[in-house]
Amino acid sequence: MLLLTTALTAGALTLSACGSRDDDKGGDNGDKGGRKTTVVIGLDAPLTGDLSALGQGIKNSAHLAVTNANKSNEVPGVTFELSALDDQAQPTSGQQNATKLAGDKKVVGIVGPLNSSVAQSMQQVAQSNTVALISPANTTPDLTQGKDWKQDRRKRQFSTYFRTATTDEVQGAFGGKYAHDQIKAKTAYVIDDQKTYGVGLAAAFSTQFTALGGKIAGTEHVNPEDRDFKAIVSKAKSSGADLVFYGGEYPAAAPLSQQLKESGVKAPLMGGDGMYSADYIKLNKKSAGDYATSVGKPVEQLDSAKKFIEDYKAAGYKDRYEAYGGSTYDATWAIIQAVKAVVADNGGKLPDGARAKVVEALNKVKFDGVTGTVSFDKYGDTTNTMITAYQVEGDTWKARHSAEFKR
Amino acid sequence: MHELPQQLANGLILGAMYGLIAIGYTMVYGIVQLINFAHGEIFMVGGFGALTVHLALPDGTALLLALPLMILGGIAAAVAIAVAAERFAYRPLRNAPRLAPLITAIGLSIALQQAVWKWYPDAKKARVFPQFKGESFHVLGATVQRGEVFLLIAAPLCMLALGLFVARTRTGRGMQATAQDPDTAKLMGINTDRIIVIAFAIGATFAAVAAVAHGLKYGQVDFRMGFITGLKAFTAAVLGGIGNIYGAMLGGVVLGVAEALATGYIEEIPGMSQFGGGSWKDVWAFVLLILVLLLRPQGLLGERVADRA
Repeated sequence: MLLLTTALTAGALTLSACGSRDDDKGGDNGDKGGRKTTVVIGLDAPLTGDLSALGQGIKNSAHLAVTNANKSNEVPGVTFELSALDDQAQPTSGQQNATKLAGDKKVVGIVGPLNSSVAQSMQQVAQSNTVALISPANTTPDLTQGKDWKQDRRKRQFSTYFRTATTDEVQGAFGGKYAHDQIKAKTAYVIDDQKTYGVGLAAAFSTQFTALGGKIAGTEHVNPEDRDFKAIVSKAKSSGADLVFYGGEYPAAAPLSQQLKESGVKAPLMGGDGMYSADYIKLNKKSAGDYATSVGKPVEQLDSAKKFIEDYKAAGYKDRYEAYGGSTYDATWAIIQAVKAVVADNGGKLPDGARAKVVEALNKVKFDGVTGTVSFDKYGDTTNTMITAYQVEGDTWKARHSAEFKR
Repeated sequence: MHELPQQLANGLILGAMYGLIAIGYTMVYGIVQLINFAHGEIFMVGGFGALTVHLALPDGTALLLALPLMILGGIAAAVAIAVAAERFAYRPLRNAPRLAPLITAIGLSIALQQAVWKWYPDAKKARVFPQFKGESFHVLGATVQRGEVFLLIAAPLCMLALGLFVARTRTGRGMQATAQDPDTAKLMGINTDRIIVIAFAIGATFAAVAAVAHGLKYGQVDFRMGFITGLKAFTAAVLGGIGNIYGAMLGGVVLGVAEALATGYIEEIPGMSQFGGGSWKDVWAFVLLILVLLLRPQGLLGERVADRA
């Protein structure tokens, strides 16, 4: 009983301490009305762990957007701040981070996460706190259109969820078409890692590939932590497929590709944006010739991205911006634009209940971003369906073909 | 079925790696009746030890030259951790109820993972491990990678050395005596503490060799690699009859081959198509363990012994 009382008292004290601190700051702002309001943009991404290369790129790109907005005084009277949390690609951590960020009244929107499975655990938290959640990288259609999208019974799932990455339905289908039309593959062996992202991507690939007349030579499933794929490789080899498709991420894709090549499979491995990472090539000495698709055009090829690349270089970040740098910049910028609209509507000041208004404003946001025109459709998906196919050449990914994919 | 030679080779190679790690479980259990669940992490630390040596050597050192040094580095790291664990985590609990050191081992396993994650530079993602260049070998209808050849040579050599050590040396015979009856062995003048430390060190040495093999085979090491692999090696040790060193190797090979065949062929059995493939291989590995424990609880090579009171 003593323990319980102590714990409760301590908890109450902590809570009241937090409360009074917030009150103090609120008072500050009230007294000196002319001063700038600080608005926090939350961020959730895997900053450590297997996918940290992608996560760090996301964090830096969002940081860059915030820095630029402050520098150019994009929203007069508002200073932006980034609060980045690490989810280690774990849904449970993502949910905790969402709760933490939503609990901070200054947070007007959250950028992230990287993984679709993490997003699934964050969406409800964002919804019940009416805080906008914009992912630069989630590609699972279910997140926006519900689980019946395959039957074309689409329904918006969460009014607070948006994304600047196009869906796996689009990306996988693009991959299927590219494999059939450009790689000229007749048969494909399809493997997925049983995660939300991998399964969806592989399914969309198979649907499009068979619709165009290709044949699926076999299917397999692996565990995402596996590094030994030799038994599966042997099956893929004896299937004689022209192409092996993998729905999953690079930490497993790299040894998979290597083991395929080493056992004498000539067919290239193809994957989606989860495979499109510089680390894929570092971990796999036999990656030459493999394909990956990724959302958007390569930012290097876009005029709109030149400034982003220069700024990113100038900022001197330790890690590369990786696959989602451009879409993260755009996602962050979308929140900034929404805040701008909300502030303009309210006579130049951030209104009470700004969060809900930011969500509303996001539905109408439209601007020229790093990856092209940024705006959201009625599901919260990006209207930009540009996809690019890359191939490993030497020790880099070379862009081979970009196109808007239309259903 | 024409890929059968390949699947058997895959299983044999994977099994040799399980077997090498399983030796550590089996020796420690045979002597102190402790299931050292941190052994998988000792394997992982061995991999990082070898990687450290590789990073310290000048760029462009031929792998064949670097490999012996890397193995030594891996062994040094693994043995240091194993001996320290024995001294500071297990010895104080030697006369405690058996559950206590078991829980300590699980705690140690997590602590070691987190320590590498936290303090080894860039260990938060998979680190690139050097690999042999060149093409694979083709033997009897199966393809074998260059990195796997290391395993195929190292595993039997290690077994042979261990077999000779246990049978021919004084320390080896001391080990057998301690395993049979530690108290009597002590009365006969055997320094059982020393014997136990040596058992831990030998297990760690083999784990480090396996870790180098793992690195060469997959081209990467990461802080989580010890967990599932360690669990499989433990399964292999139980399968072979825990406490029996040849059983550990046999158990490893049986487990590896079973995994490869399950992935390759279960779905071809009528009515079983949904239970086959890569995602089910761990399930079948543990089903095999349960079957062996039900039908032959002492393991494949184990002897039925009365429980020590």
